[in-house]
Amino acid sequence: MEATRAKIRAFLAKFFQHADLKDSDDIFALGFVNSLFAMQLVLFIESEFRVTIEDDDLDINNFRSIDAMAQLIERKTTSHLAM
Amino acid sequence: MQTTLTDQQQSAQARFKAFVRTEILPHADRIDQEEYTPRELISKMAQQGFFGTFLAEEWGGTAMDMITSGILHEEVGYGCSSLRSLLTVHSMVSYAIQKWGKAHLKARWLPLLASGARLGAFALSEPHAGSDAKSIETTATLQGGSYRLQGQKKWITYGQIADVFLLFAQVEGKVSAFLVERDTPGLSIIPIRGMLGTRGSMLAELHLQNCRIPAENLIGGTGFGLASVATSALDIGRYSVACGSVGIAQAALDASLRFVHTRKQYGAFLKEHQLIREMITNMQTNVSAARLLCRHAGYLKDIGDPTTLMETFIAKYFASTAAVKAANDAVQIHGALGCSNEYPVQRYLRDAKIMEIIEGSNQIQQIHIAQYSYQQHR
Repeated sequence: MEATRAKIRAFLAKFFQHADLKDSDDIFALGFVNSLFAMQLVLFIESEFRVTIEDDDLDINNFRSIDAMAQLIERKTTSHLAM
Repeated sequence: MQTTLTDQQQSAQARFKAFVRTEILPHADRIDQEEYTPRELISKMAQQGFFGTFLAEEWGGTAMDMITSGILHEEVGYGCSSLRSLLTVHSMVSYAIQKWGKAHLKARWLPLLASGARLGAFALSEPHAGSDAKSIETTATLQGGSYRLQGQKKWITYGQIADVFLLFAQVEGKVSAFLVERDTPGLSIIPIRGMLGTRGSMLAELHLQNCRIPAENLIGGTGFGLASVATSALDIGRYSVACGSVGIAQAALDASLRFVHTRKQYGAFLKEHQLIREMITNMQTNVSAARLLCRHAGYLKDIGDPTTLMETFIAKYFASTAAVKAANDAVQIHGALGCSNEYPVQRYLRDAKIMEIIEGSNQIQQIHIAQYSYQQHR
């Protein structure tokens, strides 16, 4: 899970250059988030972690923080492996 | 990225070119002048599988790679920007349903959209909201098992004949996306005529008065209409417009090349005059550069690279600007003939101008591209 968090952190650093993001920080509350960023985030998660983000995953709480995204990826990876 | 096409891509390109030359080009001026797209031409495109290129085979699509799809949109754009815009909006709707639609919506709509038996259109713009999409005024109110839509949409490409609309509305102040069928009671469709360019794209206004649709027609969840559905659909739309712009610019260049080889002034063919050479040089260079930007964006889509979003902005910005310049120079080279409907270059110029406005105006592109540039500079 820490490797996942590190990759997300590195990706977010491109967008939140002046913020020292903690894993639990709410990125929506910090601002700088627009629809274009959200889509880039979805594409990043899909390509980097080989998962597919679907309609049911589109809950803002899944993308609110580094921790939340890491948990989403963990769930998606686990469910994929279980199939 | 490989800059040359594979054998398969070259073969597809040859097939697209042949279709455009035999089936589209002979009708393109008439489509423009009559502001109407013949149904039989749409049927011929459907028979070629052109409406399902972004869809998986399980839905009846051809699941083309993005570069090949881009070539299709370039070639159709070469022949007729109105028909290319049909491919654009139809692909946007198809792609959004495939990516974000619930299982029953996929099962119902994707086979019909893939075959072209039904046409899709994208309904975001309104009389008071264009670039500022968050400010749309159409509302959707959940009442029992259905949403009640109230409001108005404008400039809806192929709205006159589309069977299903991917329509955006505010749900408790959050932009959300819905599928709305053409024959839904409370939806009335008013044709728009007299546009500057892509005049055959059969624009319409949509008026929604107590228009009720099933609650399960919501796509992407409440409040995710812009962040997921519109953004991903507009990315496909922007890619299509970028490639279509390359088609316009190439058509302007080809028309100019034919003209400068046959027209004489001051005892020499136009091609010998240095100022003509300058215009041809700029056209050729811009067409080549724009095409490479499009192929790069397509390649990034194929490998799932998130930078494809911004690279598509860049491709669309450059290609649409190049198309306007090329078409403008083509009219200039043709002189008075270029201003008459005896030659298609005036159509190219009018169509090219539209490319600078649709799927995000070029000013919106510039704002985002500059921000992207700042992110790269650390």
